[in-house]
Amino acid sequence: MTQKLIIIGAGMASGRALEELLAAQPDGWDVTLFNAEPRGNYNRIMLSPVLSGEKTFDEIVTHTAEWYEENGVTCRFGEKVVAIDKAAKTVTAENGDVLPYDKLLIGTGSNPFIIPLPGHDLDGVIAYRDLEDTNKMIALGEKSDAKAVVIGGGLLGLEAAAGLKLRGVDVTVVHIMGHLMERQLDEAAGYLLRKALVDRGIKVMCSANSKEIVGKDGKVAALMLDDGTELPCDLLVMAVGIRPNVALAAENGLATGRGIHVDDHMVTSDPDILAVGECVEHDGAIFGLVAPLYDQAKVVAKTLLGDDARFVQREVSTKLKVTGCDLFSAGDFADGDGREDIVFRDPARGVYKRLVIADDKLIGAVMYGDTADSNWFFGLIKDGEDISDMRETLIFGPAYQGGEPLDPMAAVAALPDDAEICGCNGVCKGDIVAAINAGATDLAAIRATTKASASCGTCTGLVEQVLGVTLGDDFVIPAAQSVCGCTDLSHEDVRRLIKSQELKSQPAVWQELGWKTPNGCHVCRPAINFYLLADWPLEYRDDPQSRFVNERNHANIQKDGTYSVVPRMWGGITTPDELRAIADAADKYNVPTVKVTGGQRIDLLGVKKEDLPAMWYDLNQAGMVSGHAYSKGLRTVKTCVGKDHCRFGTQDSTGLGIKLEKLLWGSWTPHKVKLGVSGCPRNCAEATCKDVGIVCVDSGYEVSVAGAAGMDVKETELLAKVTTEEEAIAVTTAFVQIYRENAKYLDRGYKWVAKVGLDWVKEQVVDDLENRKALVERFEISQSVYRTDPWAEHARERAESYQPLADLTLEAAE
Amino acid sequence: MSWIDIGSIDDIPVRGARVVKTALGCVAVFRTAEAEVFATSDRCPHKGGPLSEGIVHGQKVTCPLHNWVFDLNTGQAQGADEGQIATFGTKVEAGRILLDSAQLSKPAAA
Repeated sequence: MTQKLIIIGAGMASGRALEELLAAQPDGWDVTLFNAEPRGNYNRIMLSPVLSGEKTFDEIVTHTAEWYEENGVTCRFGEKVVAIDKAAKTVTAENGDVLPYDKLLIGTGSNPFIIPLPGHDLDGVIAYRDLEDTNKMIALGEKSDAKAVVIGGGLLGLEAAAGLKLRGVDVTVVHIMGHLMERQLDEAAGYLLRKALVDRGIKVMCSANSKEIVGKDGKVAALMLDDGTELPCDLLVMAVGIRPNVALAAENGLATGRGIHVDDHMVTSDPDILAVGECVEHDGAIFGLVAPLYDQAKVVAKTLLGDDARFVQREVSTKLKVTGCDLFSAGDFADGDGREDIVFRDPARGVYKRLVIADDKLIGAVMYGDTADSNWFFGLIKDGEDISDMRETLIFGPAYQGGEPLDPMAAVAALPDDAEICGCNGVCKGDIVAAINAGATDLAAIRATTKASASCGTCTGLVEQVLGVTLGDDFVIPAAQSVCGCTDLSHEDVRRLIKSQELKSQPAVWQELGWKTPNGCHVCRPAINFYLLADWPLEYRDDPQSRFVNERNHANIQKDGTYSVVPRMWGGITTPDELRAIADAADKYNVPTVKVTGGQRIDLLGVKKEDLPAMWYDLNQAGMVSGHAYSKGLRTVKTCVGKDHCRFGTQDSTGLGIKLEKLLWGSWTPHKVKLGVSGCPRNCAEATCKDVGIVCVDSGYEVSVAGAAGMDVKETELLAKVTTEEEAIAVTTAFVQIYRENAKYLDRGYKWVAKVGLDWVKEQVVDDLENRKALVERFEISQSVYRTDPWAEHARERAESYQPLADLTLEAAE
Repeated sequence: MSWIDIGSIDDIPVRGARVVKTALGCVAVFRTAEAEVFATSDRCPHKGGPLSEGIVHGQKVTCPLHNWVFDLNTGQAQGADEGQIATFGTKVEAGRILLDSAQLSKPAAA
C-alpha cells in the first residue's frame, strides 16, 4: 500500500531526501512536492558559477520535469502551503486545496537576513538567495558603468562580488569586521584574500559600518557609512547571513527555537512530521553548508522507510567558489586544551597554511593559495588520527614527509628586482644581483660597485642575504640577530622591507616577510606597530593591543598594579592654578605619594586603574594634558630659567624649551627621547646628557645629540652650531624624524648614532638643507595624527574599558 | 557547571583582556581570535603582575611586569619559567561571554 508523502520546499536537502527514498522504495510513496519558487530542485550552491557566467542555470538543475514525471511526483511549484492540521493530518495550499498526508516533510530552508537599515525596502536592494536575485545581478552587468555595493564579506557576499565583477560591474564590498570571512579565516588568510580581490579590481572596505541606504525616486542610489562615506550604486546586495524559515512550523504548533526542533531521526515534535535542511535545529545547532544537509537527507529517507538511522553532527569545511582564490578552512578554532599552531608561509607564492593541533590530533586548518592537500588535512581532522609521528613535517602535506626546515631567506628570495634595498643610495635588488653577476662577491665589493649599504649601513643584513640567495653556498652570511623567534630577519631588515614593499598592516608584514607565528609575540608586535606607524602615519592605525601596558593605558604601571600619573608641564613651567588642580586630584583620588621627577614634572603615584579616566578628566579641566612619562616618545624638555631671570643667561632657553615641547609632544619614537635646553654653558638644565641637548651661547645655539644618563653615561656630541632659534628647532626636529625613520625599536638615540655614525647624521640633517626640510615636513605629517592628548580621548571615549567587565563579588554566593 | 553571563564579546578588544572581580580575586578574561575567549587568574605567580594587561599573542599572554609567558589553555608558564595560573571555563553564545561560576565558588587550584 502506498503512503502519501507531502514535501514542503524543493531545496537541496529535500531533493536529496526524495532521491534516497525513491531509490530504496520506488513504489511505496505517493509524493506531492510544494515549492514557493516557481521551479523544482536545483543546486543552489552553484548559483555563484551561474552569476559569474561559468555555468548556465540548466547545468545546475538537479531534477528535471522528466525525472518528477518518471518517479510519479506531483509538482506544485510556485505554490505555498498556508496551514498544517496535525490532528486531521492535512495541509492547506494557497488556493484552498486541502490534501491529506501520512507523512509530512518540511524543507522550508532559510530566509536571507536583511539589516533593517533606513532604505532597506527600496527597489534595487536584494539578497543573494535564489535565481531571481542572481538574474538581477546578471542584468546589471548588461548596463554600462554599473555600480554595485555588497554588504557582507562572508562566503556568499564575496561570491556575489566576484561574480558581479566578472560581469563588468564596479563592485565595493562593505564588511563590518576587521577582515574578510572572519568566521572561517584568520587575519593572515583574510589579508591574502583581500589582496587577491583588490588585485582583480574589487574594492574592499573592512571595519565599515553601514548607516543608511539612500534612495532616489524609490530606487537605491547609494550606501551611506557612519563615517560619512557615500558609495553610489545601482544595486545593493545584502549577504549578511541567513535565518531558518520556521514561520509555517511555528504557526502550526511545532516546537521551534532558532530552527524547527528535530531529534536524531529528523522527526519534529509531531511523530508524523519530519524536517530537513537549513530550517532545522538539531541539538542546538543550525546548518548552512551542504555536507550536513546531505547527511540529514539520508537519515530522513531511512526514517521514512522505518530503518533506524541517526543524524550525527560532524566537522564541516569551507571552500570559496571564486575562481583563482584558493582557500580552505575546516575544524575547530574555538576551544580545547593545550593547543598548538603550525604555520607555514611562502611570500613568493602568496601561500599561507595554519594547522591547529591538540592532544596530538589535528583539530583545525586554514589554507590560502595552495589547497591541494586540503582533503587530506580534512580527513585527519574528521578521523581524529594521531599525528605525533609526522608532526614535524605535517604542514608539507602527504607527499612530503621528512622535508627540509623552512628557508630563512625565502622573504628576500621572493623580492622583485625593483625592490629597493638601500634607501640612502636608491639601490634595488636587481642592481645588486647584476653587480654580483659581474663579479662582486662580497659586501665590500657590493659597496664599492653599487654603494648599497655604504651610507647608514642599516641595510647590510639585506645586502648579505641577496648575496646569499644569488651565490648560494659560496657565500656565508654573518649571523645577524633576528627580531625574535617569529622571524629570521633583523630589525633593520624588517624596517627596510616595510618601506620598500610598502607593507602597511601587521598581517601584511607577517605574511610577506614569512612570520612563523600566527600573530607575532610580545617582542615583535610593539616593534612592528612602531615601524608601521612611523613609516605610514596616515595609512596605518596604531594598535593598542600591540603596546606594552604603559603605552596602552597611558600611565606607568607600578609593582603593585597601581599606576602613576604625570601631567605635562611645558618646559617645566607651571602655575599656581595647575598646582592647585594637581593637589586637588591627589586628594580626591587618595594618591599616597607625590614626587618631583628628574625631568621637572610632578608624579602622582599609586592611582587605581579604575580612577584614571576621571582623574585625567579633572586634570584636563585645569588645562593639563598627558606628560607621556610612560612612552617610547618625547618625554620632557628640561630647561633652566634663561635670560629673563638669570644674570648669565644668553638666550630665552625656557621659551625655546616650551616651543620644542609643544612641537614634539605626542610623537612616538624607537625609544624614549629626552631634551634639555640650557641658557648658557654652565648648563643648569644638564642638556649635555640628553638625547638632544641645546646649549645657548652668545652667538647662537649649540645643538648636540646622542647623550645618555642611564645604564650608560655619555656626553652628547655636537651636531650643529646655528645662529637662529628657527634653525635650532629645524635641526632638532629633523634629527628626531631621521631617528624615527631609521632606528631599531628600543635603541636609544646614542646607540643608533653609534651604529650609523654621527657623520652620516650630519650629512642628512645639517649639510643637506633639502633633506632637512623634507624630514621636518614628514614629521609634521605624522604629528597631524599624533600631536593630541590621549588622556582627553580616553576619558571621553574609552572610560568604560578601564572598569572591570563584571563584578561578581556583588552576586549572592551560589 | 553553572554559567554566568559576564558581558558581550565586543567589550573585549581582539588580542586584549578585561577583568572580572570575583570573591576569589580578579579573573582575567582574554579574547584571542575574533570569537575565542579564555579566562585565567589575573595574578602572575612570579610577582603578582596583572596578566590582563599583558600582550596577547597566539593563545598566550605575556605578563606586563617581567615578561613571563603563559599558555591560556593550560595556565602553564612557558620556556624556562616554572609556574601555573588557574584557568576557568568559558564559552561564547550569541555574542555573550559565559564564565563557569562553579570553579569560582571554591578556592582556585593554584
